[in-house]
Amino acid sequence: MKFTLSWLKRHLDTEADVATIADALTDLGLEVEGVQDRAARLNDFRLGFVEAAEGHPDADRLKVCRVATADGPTQIICGAPNARAGITVVVASPGTYVPGIDTTIQVGRIRGVESHGMMCSEREMELSDEHDGIIELPSGEVGERYVDWLAANDPAKVDPVIEIAITPNRGDALGVRGIARDLAARGLGTLRDMPDPVVDGTFPCPLGVTIDDDTRDGCPVFALRMVRGVTNGPSPEWLQAKLRAIGLRPISFLVDVTNWFTHDLNRPLHVFDADVVQGDLRVHRAAGGETITALDDRDYVLPAGAMVISDDGGPESIAGIMGGGHSGVTDATTNVLIESAYWDPVQIATAGRALRINSDARYRFERGVDPVFTPDGVDHAAAMILDHAGGEASDRVVAGAVPDVARSYGLSTDRVVSLVGMDIPAADQRASLTALGFRVEGEAPAVTVHVPPWRGDVQGEADLVEEVARIASLTELKGRPMARPPGVARPVLTPMQSRERMARRTAAALGYDECVTYSFVDGAAAALFGGGTDTTRLENPISADLSHMRPSLLPGLLRAAARNQARGQNDLALFEVGAAFDDGEPGAQHVEVAGLLTGHAAPRGVHGERRPVDAFDAKADAEAILSAIGAPARAQILRDAPGWFHPGRSGRIGLGPKKILAIFGEVHPRVLRALDVKGPAVAFAVLPEGVPFPKATSAARAPLVLSDLQAVERDFAFELDGRVAAQDVVSAAAGADKDLIESVRVFDEFTGGSLREGRKSVAIAVRLQPTDATLTDAQIEAVGAKVVEKVIKATGGTLRG
Amino acid sequence: MDDLRDKYLTAIRNAADEGTLEEVRLAAIGKKGEVALMMRELGRMTPEERKTAGPALNALRDEIASALAARKHGLEDAALDERLASEWLDVSLPARTRRRGTIHPVSQVTEEVTAIFADMGFGVAEGPQIETDWYNFDALNIPGHHPARAEMDTFYMARADGDDRPPHVLRTHTSPVQIRAMQDRGAPIRVICPGRVYRADYDQTHTPMFHQVEGLALDRDISMANLKWCLEEFCRAFFELDDLELRFRASHFPFTEPSAEVDIRCSWEGGTLKLGQGDDWLEILGSGMVHPKVLRAGGIDPDAWQGFAFGMGIDRIAMLKYGIPDLRAFFDSDLRWLRHYGFGALQVPARHAG
Repeated sequence: MKFTLSWLKRHLDTEADVATIADALTDLGLEVEGVQDRAARLNDFRLGFVEAAEGHPDADRLKVCRVATADGPTQIICGAPNARAGITVVVASPGTYVPGIDTTIQVGRIRGVESHGMMCSEREMELSDEHDGIIELPSGEVGERYVDWLAANDPAKVDPVIEIAITPNRGDALGVRGIARDLAARGLGTLRDMPDPVVDGTFPCPLGVTIDDDTRDGCPVFALRMVRGVTNGPSPEWLQAKLRAIGLRPISFLVDVTNWFTHDLNRPLHVFDADVVQGDLRVHRAAGGETITALDDRDYVLPAGAMVISDDGGPESIAGIMGGGHSGVTDATTNVLIESAYWDPVQIATAGRALRINSDARYRFERGVDPVFTPDGVDHAAAMILDHAGGEASDRVVAGAVPDVARSYGLSTDRVVSLVGMDIPAADQRASLTALGFRVEGEAPAVTVHVPPWRGDVQGEADLVEEVARIASLTELKGRPMARPPGVARPVLTPMQSRERMARRTAAALGYDECVTYSFVDGAAAALFGGGTDTTRLENPISADLSHMRPSLLPGLLRAAARNQARGQNDLALFEVGAAFDDGEPGAQHVEVAGLLTGHAAPRGVHGERRPVDAFDAKADAEAILSAIGAPARAQILRDAPGWFHPGRSGRIGLGPKKILAIFGEVHPRVLRALDVKGPAVAFAVLPEGVPFPKATSAARAPLVLSDLQAVERDFAFELDGRVAAQDVVSAAAGADKDLIESVRVFDEFTGGSLREGRKSVAIAVRLQPTDATLTDAQIEAVGAKVVEKVIKATGGTLRG
Repeated sequence: MDDLRDKYLTAIRNAADEGTLEEVRLAAIGKKGEVALMMRELGRMTPEERKTAGPALNALRDEIASALAARKHGLEDAALDERLASEWLDVSLPARTRRRGTIHPVSQVTEEVTAIFADMGFGVAEGPQIETDWYNFDALNIPGHHPARAEMDTFYMARADGDDRPPHVLRTHTSPVQIRAMQDRGAPIRVICPGRVYRADYDQTHTPMFHQVEGLALDRDISMANLKWCLEEFCRAFFELDDLELRFRASHFPFTEPSAEVDIRCSWEGGTLKLGQGDDWLEILGSGMVHPKVLRAGGIDPDAWQGFAFGMGIDRIAMLKYGIPDLRAFFDSDLRWLRHYGFGALQVPARHAG
């Protein structure tokens, strides 16, 4: 919302300067987005009088002028065609910054003759586009500041323009008068009276208007008035200047009148050329499919149910949004119909969205205009038209009735103080509300407040508290300590929140860089990871590559890897902690800690560490994270990881086939190809929610049991089928004597050599820890035999000699 | 006996290696060595002779033994010095590679915020990112036709044919977690709700996903002045500026009343932003007293309880604090960016450590 200072002063009697007004507006909740104060830049320009002008000895088009200035007689070289003796001009003396040419004036020599300043055009001062010559003023004294002269003679030229942001509740501030009312309530001046104009009709309005029954809930009242015999044409200069200042293009007087009241009183109007309208007007709902060419010269197809104003020939105006071109006024219009109607905000918003029309009228009706003021709108417009364009006005026709929006709410002035935390005396509260147009009845602390019709947003006590608070000024609010928890602050994170944090810090400690990728990915990428169906599809994605909620964090990480690889970064360790989505219902999400390694485990170097990353890197990191978040050490390794992993080089870590804690492995080459990632690439995804929380509530650990007896380690090697899992060897061996065997560790695996194709050798070290007495050779032999027997039974392998 | 002593001490002194030294040891004090043989002679001596010869022989044997040990030590030292002289590493070579990981600024700042509010007694609540329109809008006093609803650039989930429920949304703010927290925990309550939020917007300063933290405090008499104190304390702690000034100015949010935008004092001198000084104000968050309708939606009696709520952008305050220029880069995962703006794994925010 834009307006100028002088426009504001038509409604507000104030001596406050622009800066004070701007500060107050922002504090009141009408946030100032910009103040364009053209005068402030022109303070140094002063009037001069050209006493003599002679041709330049060396240039035909230049004149050497003797100018009386604030600094005395001065020689200025000027190239303007109208530079001549006897005119009053605007002078920029040396040192003055001229905004239109972005130059600070210096004493200079122009073709050999000294020049001590510059006489300016309007464009050079950015006052207008006028640049046919230098300014000639009809009055003014030598040495007078040009801004003072403008303020006295042509204030519109330097009228500061203020732009404010309007929150959705403040429809009333979409008119300059509403803004003035807020400022007056703050004490920045007095709201000027605005008497309703009295316009006597000299003839009955020749057109009638009806509202269809099914449209009355969207258009309760519609007023109409004709003015005949008008002379349309350009608006008076003051009106054009005001409209231009706020960025509107003057069209013709009759159109400008509607724009004026839209911005002045938040009263959108429409004018029809009465000679084009056929028969009476009818307010009704579109059946759907009708077309209309609107005032913006574009064709619109009306959605079913949208409100429309038609005559006998068809739709003439999209109600509350934009008039039609067919019956719009032109310079030739002599008989004009003025419409002022009240349109339901929700219905206008719906139709406006469907039609994708953004207009000043829609913007205002959507936020709610004053319904009670509706019929007065035609009178204001008629009076203004009669004043400037002549003609005579008809009687006023009103269809429907002004809706009753009168309402009141109880307000506790004590509660205001309690909620805001500021001592606002009850009398001040009453004064603020009254100044805003509310009527306050009763005695504090319990008063009844009647809401003015232009404040449709005020719907209860809380809204009244807000009004009082903002007029009292929240800038003045002083912080007041709130009670702090007594004693030492207690931990606040839930066990799951702590776990996520631990997983994150562990991944970073393992050398992974944390990414935050979008929660949505493209459908194809989602499909590679078991998602990409309609249940996780966005109805209105911002682009096709962000169309589906991610089923896993890996596609996002792989995409990130591809981008980094394209920048020449190939050895990557990326991870992310966040939600993955199972379907489109709230809560159907699970937390993943996902990691991705690509390229080599280390760069080329003197220590020969460079090797491609492999599935065991991913497994190690997944296990490290699981361990950090308290997963049981004895988790199982299962095969059959999801299809986005290499089928032979991937696995799952679980407490059983249904209790999966993590998946890991080489990423499937087809997935890499589809996502443009250069392999090798291995990944893991830990599911921290699957890890059971410890049952113990005490921080105390189980006692540490140590044996002083010598432990014994024995090695065994088995020849096995190539696809027997080492894990089976280990658990079979461990089962040989659960009391004695402390650990079983695989320390070697190989194929080839003397082994047949499809066979492998696995070597384990079995550590025996006696607790009662030192082991005898016979005992060790017996356990060894049991280990061999168990492993052979479980795996079908043989002991290697 | 003195001859013997001189002979062996000289031999020990002259032994050039451990082998020679061992030969000397065997010849002198070995089982068949000269000294050992002489000691065997003691038995044949008279008691008087034995009285003087015995201790002398023992002393001779001990002296030779310690000379042997000293010489052995000296030889070993010399050998070690010789080996060390030949062992030389170019220690300017790069060390073995240790990968160093990083924590994303969003995670770091979320933890910083959590630590500060935890100190003031706020817990952490979470909620789903796909929300019903009731939690995201209606419960927060944003009815279906409210302009704020259209202005929020909401992402909607697709609806299957025949499913006539209003479409779910990607939460446009963390405020729905307020409602869930009220429903779950009741009043009094102090929680913050950090998390991802979504709006269909993408340009220089907007990304379709970003992070917010919501705060909610309800009690019998919590006021807007308490809100201001709470945010002042937070901002001073977070930005590490003890006298950082905040400005409240009236605004409007459907879910709070009165509502205030909160600015912090700053300067833009020379094109760089400096917080806590100067004459400009920078908007950092929105806040207000929870609207009675919102309390009711959360199952809380607005006549018995009152309090405040606020919401701010985690990415935004991260940018302000750490001088990160571009929001879009947060979600691009450019390794150079992650390493430059990221934090060490062990830089865990804690109030006692700052």
